[in-house]
Amino acid sequence: MIAPLAKAQTSLRDSGRSEELLFWLLLAPALLMVAALLLAPLTWLALQSVWENGFTLENYRRLVVEPLYARSFALTFRLSLEMSAVTLLLGYPVAYAAAHLSSRWRVLVLGLVVVPFWTSVLVRSYAWLVLLQRTGVVNKMLQALGLTNAPVMLVNNEIGVTIAMAHILLPFMVLPLFAAMEKIPEELIRAAASLGGGPLYTFRRVYLPLSMPGVIAGSVLVFVLSLGFYVTPELLGGGRTLLVSMLISRNIQLYDHWGAASAISVALLACVLAILALARTLAPSAWSAEDR
Amino acid sequence: MLARTNDVVHDMTENASVGVSIRGLSVHYGAFRALDNVSLDIAPGEFMSLLGPSGSGKTSLLSILGGFAAPSAGSIWFGDADVTLTPPHRRGIGVVFQNYALFPHMTVGENVAFPLRARRIAKSAWRAEVRRALDLVELGGFEERSVAQLSGGQRQRVALARAIVFHPKLILMDEPLSALDKQLRESMQIELRALHGRLGATTVYVTHDQREALTMSNRIAVLKAGRLVQVDTPERLYENPQNRFVASFIGEATLVPVQRVGTDCVSIGSAVLRSTRSLPASGPLLIALQTEKLVVASPGGEAGLNLLSGVVADVIYQGESLRVFAQLEGGPVISFRQPSHHAGRGQIPQRGGAITLGLHPSDTIIVSAEDG
Repeated sequence: MIAPLAKAQTSLRDSGRSEELLFWLLLAPALLMVAALLLAPLTWLALQSVWENGFTLENYRRLVVEPLYARSFALTFRLSLEMSAVTLLLGYPVAYAAAHLSSRWRVLVLGLVVVPFWTSVLVRSYAWLVLLQRTGVVNKMLQALGLTNAPVMLVNNEIGVTIAMAHILLPFMVLPLFAAMEKIPEELIRAAASLGGGPLYTFRRVYLPLSMPGVIAGSVLVFVLSLGFYVTPELLGGGRTLLVSMLISRNIQLYDHWGAASAISVALLACVLAILALARTLAPSAWSAEDR
Repeated sequence: MLARTNDVVHDMTENASVGVSIRGLSVHYGAFRALDNVSLDIAPGEFMSLLGPSGSGKTSLLSILGGFAAPSAGSIWFGDADVTLTPPHRRGIGVVFQNYALFPHMTVGENVAFPLRARRIAKSAWRAEVRRALDLVELGGFEERSVAQLSGGQRQRVALARAIVFHPKLILMDEPLSALDKQLRESMQIELRALHGRLGATTVYVTHDQREALTMSNRIAVLKAGRLVQVDTPERLYENPQNRFVASFIGEATLVPVQRVGTDCVSIGSAVLRSTRSLPASGPLLIALQTEKLVVASPGGEAGLNLLSGVVADVIYQGESLRVFAQLEGGPVISFRQPSHHAGRGQIPQRGGAITLGLHPSDTIIVSAEDG
């Protein structure tokens, strides 16, 4: 009686063990890739930032002491916050429309959101440069409408950077918002209405709180992507908006100072990780699959 | 704005209930008619069930009553007010949804307080109301619990408390018990019935479960393919189905074609059955043999009882009763229920054995074979 049972248990344990082995085998290529292409360079970067003919914290000391760096970090953070806010305001109605339209229209709206993804950031940035320049379409239209007499400075400053970056980053806001909104059961909205909640009240007390996971995920994503944005601000900022990413590239291209560039990169990475950790503690639901 | 909402609340405490009048309601989706010229008057304080198979239009009707959908034609009246175009949040209806639709980001107390806060009632006033509503559904002290911590039955009670906390004159329930297990469902039916008695609000209850409808309702409206086929009290509906659909849908009946013999008699093969009811005037007829109305009779029979004879085709043991299938002389197989107690089992012969069944003339239900 006992023997077959014991045998069954053994084979169950065996199959469990081989399943585990298979699990790791399947994971191995991805793990190796991450280790070789991400962890190794990062370690190298971190070492480089503190090693110039011996251990030194000089690169980090300069980050703290020189006001140029503090200003650039402050500008980068402010711009990134603005990007989160702008894309949230623009993206929320788009995501709402996509989540509540009939399936045919939903495909169209999401398609329009995603199509720009297929064009390179460089091309889109140059396109904005053309549109926003002194003699560009936008300025001509503003003058034709009589809103302004002289061309408005829309490029080579922060306005241009904001407009172009908002356009490029919008999908990263819309898609998480859409994912969160799509999960909100229609019945809850009906329930709120039947219980006396007018459209605004229902939005404020039911819809908005339930879409918060998407708001947080989208905002963090856009914020973190903005922190490291390079091509667009370089092209449309005209050298006036010196972001952290440009400091890194300048330290390498102009001064051939890899140590300083590495130190800035490590500092930026630390900021990003801190923000992700903060977002995770503030809104655990945005990160876990289980909810409701 | 403030004055208006306060007026509504004041109104609600004045009269406990409101009559509902559904007039010529139709809903078309292209060529498909979800509802086809439905008219129904529901008295103030009445418990009206909408009963029908899936796709019969009962949920469409509830959606229109709730204001979530607009009809293609017809109107809805609450008392003497036409509310056909009134948005849901101005209708003052308490709705209990099939899947409870509790707000997952709010506590039990916040869920129940929602209708009161939406009406801008001061916290000092709504606290007591929330406690009273939760006490009424036996969930006193659950205010701070999160919805995720509750069992299915408790969620159902919270949904109920939330729907009644603002003293609505009309309560709509969309299959509220369908997700509960059988025992809980049956005890909730009794509780809902008692709660309706205490609150006195007009209640419209959608269900596909006939027993649920029979247990709780003052009247039942049976729907089929978007039309009302019969509106009656539970007893009249069960005992006097007016057509073939109701006869087959309500209860557990076998429909067998019969021949007309005179004004109050029909025949199955050689057996002649007398009915105390009036037969449909014309057309082919069916007899609705409800399983519990047939009794095992001695071959000679008792006086006045209609007799059917046949052989036992199968016996299924189902706990409280046996379901016995019998093949009548002339072919048709019918079924009846026999209590599973000792005496009841003793009356059933072996499979293949001869059996005589008695049916009282007042239980002899004859309907038209034509649909409608």
